[in-house]
Amino acid sequence: MTAAAPEPKVNMGQPVPRYDAAAKVTGRATYASDMPLDNPAFAFLVTSAIAKGRIDGFDLDDAKRVRGVIDIVTHENAPKLKESKLFSNGGYAGTTIQPLKSADIAHDGQIIAVVVAESYEAAREAANRVKVSYTATAPSATFDSPGTTTAAAKGQSAQFKEDPEVGDFAKAFDTAEVKLTASYETPTQHHNPMELFSTSCVWMGDNLVIYEGSQFVYGLKNGVAEQLGIDADKVRVVNPYVGGGFGSRGSMTPRTAIIAGIAKRLNRPIKLVPTRDQGFTITTHRAETRHEIKLGASRDGKLLALRHEGAEVSSRPDAYCVGGTKTTARLYACPNVASLVSIVRADRNTPGFMRSPPEVPYLFALESAMDELAVKLNMDPVELRRINDTTNEPIGGKPYSSRSLMACFDEAAKAFGWAQRSPQPKSMSDGEWLIGYGCAATCYPTQMAPSAARVRLQRDGRTRVEIAGHEIGTGAYTVIAQTATERLGVPLEKVAVFMGDSDLPPAPVAGGSNSTASTCSAVMMVCDQIRQRLFKAVMPDSLTDKAKETVGISQAPATQAAKSDRPLDIEKAFNALGVGVVEEYGEWKPEGAPLDSFKAMHSGQVRIVGGHAMKDQIAYAFGAEFVEVRINRFTHEIRCPRLVGAFAGGRIMNPRTARSQLMGGLIWGMSSALLEATEIDERNARYVNDNLADYLVPVNADVPGVEVIMLSEQDDHINPAGVKGLGELANVGTNAAICNAIHHATGQRIRKLPVRLENIEV
Amino acid sequence: MRPFSYQRATDPAVAVQALSAAAAANDALTKAAAQPLAGGTTLIDLMKLDVMRPTAIVDINPLADGWSAIDPGNDGLRLGALAKMSDVAAHEEIQRHYPVIANSLKLAASAQLRNMATLGGNVMQRTRCSYFRDVSYENCNKRNPGSGCAAMDGVNRMHAVLGASDQCIATYPGDFAQALVALDAMVEITGRSGTRNMPFSELHKAPGNTPDIETTLRPGELISAFSISGRWPRSVYLKARDRQSYEFALSSAAVALDVREGTVRDARIALGGVATVPWRAREAEAVLKGQKFDDGLAQRVADAAFADARGRRHNSFKIALGKRVVARALQQAVTMEI
Ligand SMILES: Cc1cc2nc3c(=O)[nH]c(=O)nc-3n(C[C@H](O)[C@H](O)[C@H](O)COP(=O)(O)OP(=O)(O)OC[C@H]3O[C@@H](n4cnc5c(N)ncnc54)[C@H](O)[C@@H]3O)c2cc1C
Ligand code: SF4
Repeated sequence: MTAAAPEPKVNMGQPVPRYDAAAKVTGRATYASDMPLDNPAFAFLVTSAIAKGRIDGFDLDDAKRVRGVIDIVTHENAPKLKESKLFSNGGYAGTTIQPLKSADIAHDGQIIAVVVAESYEAAREAANRVKVSYTATAPSATFDSPGTTTAAAKGQSAQFKEDPEVGDFAKAFDTAEVKLTASYETPTQHHNPMELFSTSCVWMGDNLVIYEGSQFVYGLKNGVAEQLGIDADKVRVVNPYVGGGFGSRGSMTPRTAIIAGIAKRLNRPIKLVPTRDQGFTITTHRAETRHEIKLGASRDGKLLALRHEGAEVSSRPDAYCVGGTKTTARLYACPNVASLVSIVRADRNTPGFMRSPPEVPYLFALESAMDELAVKLNMDPVELRRINDTTNEPIGGKPYSSRSLMACFDEAAKAFGWAQRSPQPKSMSDGEWLIGYGCAATCYPTQMAPSAARVRLQRDGRTRVEIAGHEIGTGAYTVIAQTATERLGVPLEKVAVFMGDSDLPPAPVAGGSNSTASTCSAVMMVCDQIRQRLFKAVMPDSLTDKAKETVGISQAPATQAAKSDRPLDIEKAFNALGVGVVEEYGEWKPEGAPLDSFKAMHSGQVRIVGGHAMKDQIAYAFGAEFVEVRINRFTHEIRCPRLVGAFAGGRIMNPRTARSQLMGGLIWGMSSALLEATEIDERNARYVNDNLADYLVPVNADVPGVEVIMLSEQDDHINPAGVKGLGELANVGTNAAICNAIHHATGQRIRKLPVRLENIEV
Repeated sequence: MRPFSYQRATDPAVAVQALSAAAAANDALTKAAAQPLAGGTTLIDLMKLDVMRPTAIVDINPLADGWSAIDPGNDGLRLGALAKMSDVAAHEEIQRHYPVIANSLKLAASAQLRNMATLGGNVMQRTRCSYFRDVSYENCNKRNPGSGCAAMDGVNRMHAVLGASDQCIATYPGDFAQALVALDAMVEITGRSGTRNMPFSELHKAPGNTPDIETTLRPGELISAFSISGRWPRSVYLKARDRQSYEFALSSAAVALDVREGTVRDARIALGGVATVPWRAREAEAVLKGQKFDDGLAQRVADAAFADARGRRHNSFKIALGKRVVARALQQAVTMEI
């Protein structure tokens, strides 16, 4: 075992290497834009240079003269497309702003023309030569810009049903012995996955194949079909590998149907590879947010009153909203809670999911405030969390299915050396560096969605698993193969997994950290169907049918490998059955999933359940994060030499891939706290640093020490796989942990992200 | 990217000939139809972005044999324009006798870029102003003379507080040039009438009313070498930046001192990340020279270096930061073991 492949503890699978490791490191993994096409034409986008107004006209003469140009598509001649509703309103789209429909411009960088040419270079050159005249009107950029409108999220966003509240906040806050009121702010951020937002469309007669990195092939297939007005069965989305998504590929963007429409008209495969800066405006982003937190506590640290007000920026037409109060209102024992989420509409592109969408901004606020309260109480921040730890969430009183928050704090504190911290701010240093230690809780809802799977087992043990899941870099192939291995008792080398293709049985969106729980539960169920068939074949006839029904099926969830509770002789079973191949298809849905789940699953609509919205319980994964920051006395540069996190996420399917997710999360969290922000030019509502030289993400030298601890946790109440989901757990707490550490280093409380050296006053 | 012709220059005369042939008499160098290609790490990017639109590329890499010397002698140093940043940074004698040069290069860009990029290309790199690099912004006097300056009242955290004009506030982004300007380097220029030498400090031009004219080089002229007299073992390059590596300076200082018995006999200070050109802080040097060094003096020197600085909406912090960087670099240079 190595650090990268930690020794499995109880309720953890084996740290087997990635299924796709060799293909990836040798460059053989084919991403969407690597797919060979027969005689493709190349598309290049022209995007708007204003955020609001109208296009008066195009001068295309210069562009058309570029050798190899085939067509230039603008709103004047674009293929007609049907509208798609927002994903949260029963549609598929991440935005209802449909470009190329009229001369109107609704945001910076909106697609206003598509140049198609014989080569990428010609298309790009011609796009550079397209001249556009606009009539611009003054746009509203963000918070505080003139012309924005603000209204409560409840009632306007289908995503946000209720502002959680309980008890009498006002009274409790009034009379609390210790009070805190503080405001926090988080910036716009962009996902910037490595793979660009490419799309290739190929028609074969009436059938369309789309090669596009997607976190939801069924959603994209159905969405594009709807926009083109064709039968969804005629559309296929293929992407065996996705070069990162982080939410940016979860819902359909307008580009896909546009490219499909142009490919149809030109009767040629079309390949689009947008640039990095175009990716900032043709997809979604994490919206900037503002928060006000009020905490009231007793002298001994018991929370008595909590109020969390959040505001988020969205586009004019779409009320996108993450509403993280659903989590922050329930995290700690507190009898009096109030909350309010509002949406501010500006002339921007519609925001969307980005890794832990609600928890990142909202927990930054709450976990910073908890640290501030600990300082007021003169109390260790870990102890403040312990005092307010709870087995039941305060709003509805439902029990947490399992909750290892304090166990995580204790393990991480030990590994970090929290005991060596001298509690006074500004009391630790090393030469020219001020040192600060900080910590914060992290959590993420356990979510599941309906999923289908097909599994085929051959007499020689070779197994083929088919499921339209997504390998976005998390290790999905690997854990699905492991699931089949564990359930069927076949060796890992004999398992082949096929994913990333909408012709395979439907799986949910790879979002909300539901993938492992959902796809592995479905694969387990279908493997069990196979076991059942095989067992039945070898059972003596004297057994009743009812007895045969249950035999061979593991009664316990994945926490004990099925093979160990009743070994199966595959050879013998196949002989008895008299066949060479057994194949089973099955559809799995989590408890509490709505009645239309399976229908919705096939039509690419999401039916995620879990988190706080379960019937008799509430399910979250928890963790605790500790960081060391160092601040240079002279330059005020902020560095983060150590990140230590301990996490409990139910069953860990594979400690290697799980560690990698958690490590990536901690690094992302540090990046979010110290580096990442999309700068908006308020005068014109445009993104300025829309490239990876100016939008900073960490380099290796920024992350010298990251330690991930995985706790052994068993939770039999959530899903058959016993999995909570880890992809979005680790990057939540880091923002607050870093600001808390900065306070410890400098005595200065910074409530606005990202923290830059100019914000430090030493 | 627009189509261009590509020619390999087999000797300096061919390069000069090819470059001047394509040039119209009064082209600004940056707009000249023919551009030399060294490592390409600036030029190709800007061509892809449609910021630079040369119709002819003259690849000068074949001249590397004669133009990539790293020659530290007893009384001076000669560096060829085609020497790679990484080779110079790793050179043992450069590290020993000219730490300010080695570190300015080592702390620049990334390992991959340093392996490709040349010294000549490095000093000629162009500003990272986001508005300059994005042609969808009309207002950029540097790219589009007379059009205004989008950065002036826009997002200008990275912009200059020294040497700016009301036409342009773009920062000169490189690191190595500060070391050169501090050490009174000479630059050797090869043109139609052979080679000439001039002080490196005369290469870059402050924006004034013509921000599109960045250097005194004319089309058809190439930098062939840099030279420095003397050795500067007591020298430091200090760079403050948002991340630990692979990032341009928010503020940097190149400092070289001659200190005897606590008294500063000679002092050279140049500033990076804060100015429109590689910035020599002569007033600050004057405050320092001949004095006994202490922290109070370092502070006064730093104040002098930024006496004329002017901040704008997002970059005012660079004034205070720059002062602390200068003071710290001086302390480091004074106390370093040589
Ligand atoms: C992401 C990124 C980060 C970077 N970070 C830093 C940093 O932190 N610090 C830093 O200093 N630099 C940094 N750089 C800039 C980098 O150092 C320069 O791009 C590089 O040094 C240019 O050298 P080159 O040989 O590739 O030049 P080229 O791109 O080939 O040329 C640059 C320009 O100089 C001209 N030219 C080239 N050679 C000569 C010559 N001999 N005579 C006259 N003109 C010539 C070219 O025509 C062109 O206009 C960074 C670059 C990138 C892309
Ligand atoms: S600062 Fe200079 S380069 Fe930047 S926009 Fe203004 S004129 Fe252009």
